Amino acid sequence: MTELQAGRASETLSAPRIETRSFRSRYRDILVALVAFAVLAALPFFFGSKALLDFVIRCSAFGLFATSLNLLVGYTGMISFGHGMFFGLGAYGFGLLMQRTGVPIPVAFVATLAITAVFAAIIGAICVRLKEIYFAFVTLAFQMLIHSTILTWASLTGGDQGLRGGIPRPVFLGIDLANHVHLYITSCALLVLGLLLMRQIAQSPFGYTLRMIRDNARRASFIGIDVWRAKLTIFVLAALFASTGGMVMALFVSGAYPEFAYWTISGEGIFINMLGGVTTFLGPMVGTVLLLILNDTVTRFTEYHGIVLGLVILFFAIGLRKGLMDYLLEWYAQRRDGRGERG
Amino acid sequence: MDIDALAGCLASPACLVTQTTSGLIIGMLLFLVAVGLTLIFGVLKVVNFSHGAFYMFGAYFAMTAYQLTDSFTLAMLCGAAGTAILGLIFERVFMSRVYGADVLMQLLVCYAFVLIFDDVVRMVWGPEFKSMGMPSAFQVPPLFIAGGVVPPYYLLLIGVALAAAMVLGLGLARTRIGKVIRAAAHNPGMVSALGINTGLLYGGVFALGGMLAGLAGALAAPVRSLTPGMGFSVLIESFIVTVIGGMGSILGALIGALLIGLIRSFGSLGFPLFTEGLMYLFMVIVLVSRPTGLFGKEVA
Repeated sequence: MTELQAGRASETLSAPRIETRSFRSRYRDILVALVAFAVLAALPFFFGSKALLDFVIRCSAFGLFATSLNLLVGYTGMISFGHGMFFGLGAYGFGLLMQRTGVPIPVAFVATLAITAVFAAIIGAICVRLKEIYFAFVTLAFQMLIHSTILTWASLTGGDQGLRGGIPRPVFLGIDLANHVHLYITSCALLVLGLLLMRQIAQSPFGYTLRMIRDNARRASFIGIDVWRAKLTIFVLAALFASTGGMVMALFVSGAYPEFAYWTISGEGIFINMLGGVTTFLGPMVGTVLLLILNDTVTRFTEYHGIVLGLVILFFAIGLRKGLMDYLLEWYAQRRDGRGERG
Repeated sequence: MDIDALAGCLASPACLVTQTTSGLIIGMLLFLVAVGLTLIFGVLKVVNFSHGAFYMFGAYFAMTAYQLTDSFTLAMLCGAAGTAILGLIFERVFMSRVYGADVLMQLLVCYAFVLIFDDVVRMVWGPEFKSMGMPSAFQVPPLFIAGGVVPPYYLLLIGVALAAAMVLGLGLARTRIGKVIRAAAHNPGMVSALGINTGLLYGGVFALGGMLAGLAGALAAPVRSLTPGMGFSVLIESFIVTVIGGMGSILGALIGALLIGLIRSFGSLGFPLFTEGLMYLFMVIVLVSRPTGLFGKEVA
């Protein structure tokens, strides 16, 4: 809700107002994040079901990935079809570091982020100059390049078998990731922290620069913004969060598979974004939960889940013409406006 | 990596001929799919993400028609006509609803149909690999050109694709309908104001694109195995082709398709596992040096 209002405000209000807004909302965001984390962390004490915890872990992995994609798609207007490569890179990078070097988990975590940043900077430097549809396809090409490299370099990555043999999880700081509840809480912490950081990026002056680039890149460049640098920066930042999602996934399945780097992961990310809606910050998170529930229930009832999923997508694309959160938001705004007129 | 095999092949005329023809048929099939894609993009400004499904349906239609009638010509016709009708319905009923909307919405509608079509094929024809078999008319000994083996069917395939390319190129350049299509690609509002039914035109162009992909599928049916989802790799490759050649350019699609075909066939000798990677690498190189593709026009 605030997102839309803030978006409108950025067009009409002068800069200082936005500054105070985001300053005030920052504390609120932190509060919301703390409450969300507390609720998630308390979950295992009330519901012992392993399936529920598994579901939340998967939501964390895909939620981080989808929300980071929204930083590109929704906020900057860069439709990346290769964002999944960073998900795969995170999973493989982390898995390989843990298996081969035996460094502590936090070191592997940071090292994987560093590797991702280097890859993203190189690929981004090539891609972000390109316009819309070409940007989409070159990112897709890089994704497939990484995917076929993973398949080819079997001695390192295990080829089409994936990274097998499990990922070792030495205990650090009293956290034992081999323990299911510990893994669950760590995933939740990473999710909430990741979302909070991304929210800060989105609400910062830099975030508003991105929105301006999305709306009119030429104008942005005329008033002195280095569009290329801003796009590259967000490309790298988004890659880091996607990579974190990949690491959560690698820990969850205790391995890494070529499918993590396949283009369908990117396609799913885009789909999640559209399902939830791209104009709200939490839209992709809602989309993630929806898609995972949809996938899980539909596969249980029919083997033809493509048809069911396809019809649901059609309902959103042709029926609502927007994501769920976007739709609800508009509906809410209309209702409120309608009441205002009557009152 | 096996550079020796590649060098050895380049030195022997027999191997050169065999690899070049196999590269050409890959390229020609890709061209038929890609040219429909580029035509639809040029006129409708829509990236048809479900184009691979038309290729798949073309192959399945042809197989069924061949099994029923035992006539190869009828099978080809069925593959092409069936997908043309499918394309018309798909465009009129679904795609035409999202023209005004976000590009992402158009992609989503197509993505939905990729999922639906694959499952429809799985329901009707079953999930297992199918094969149409080489039609009896072509079960003759292969030709030998400079010592290289060339099955006669390959020549037919290349000939049909080339004929389609020429008919399409001339039709767009010389006929009245071709002129209208080019005008609609340039300025649909004006074309509509001049009294031309653009809705019908869009449907027609989409049907034509679908038909070309269906023809490619039908032609591929005797030499490829049929499986639900077979359209997907073709789709990705024809995207690469259109992007390399330049979106909206027919000549670009032809050159791009042939280049990719040759890269695939010779690449599979030198870099057996990294053939796909080679294609993507090539695409990246082209796009970095010429962001709108080899024959694409500069878009402001």
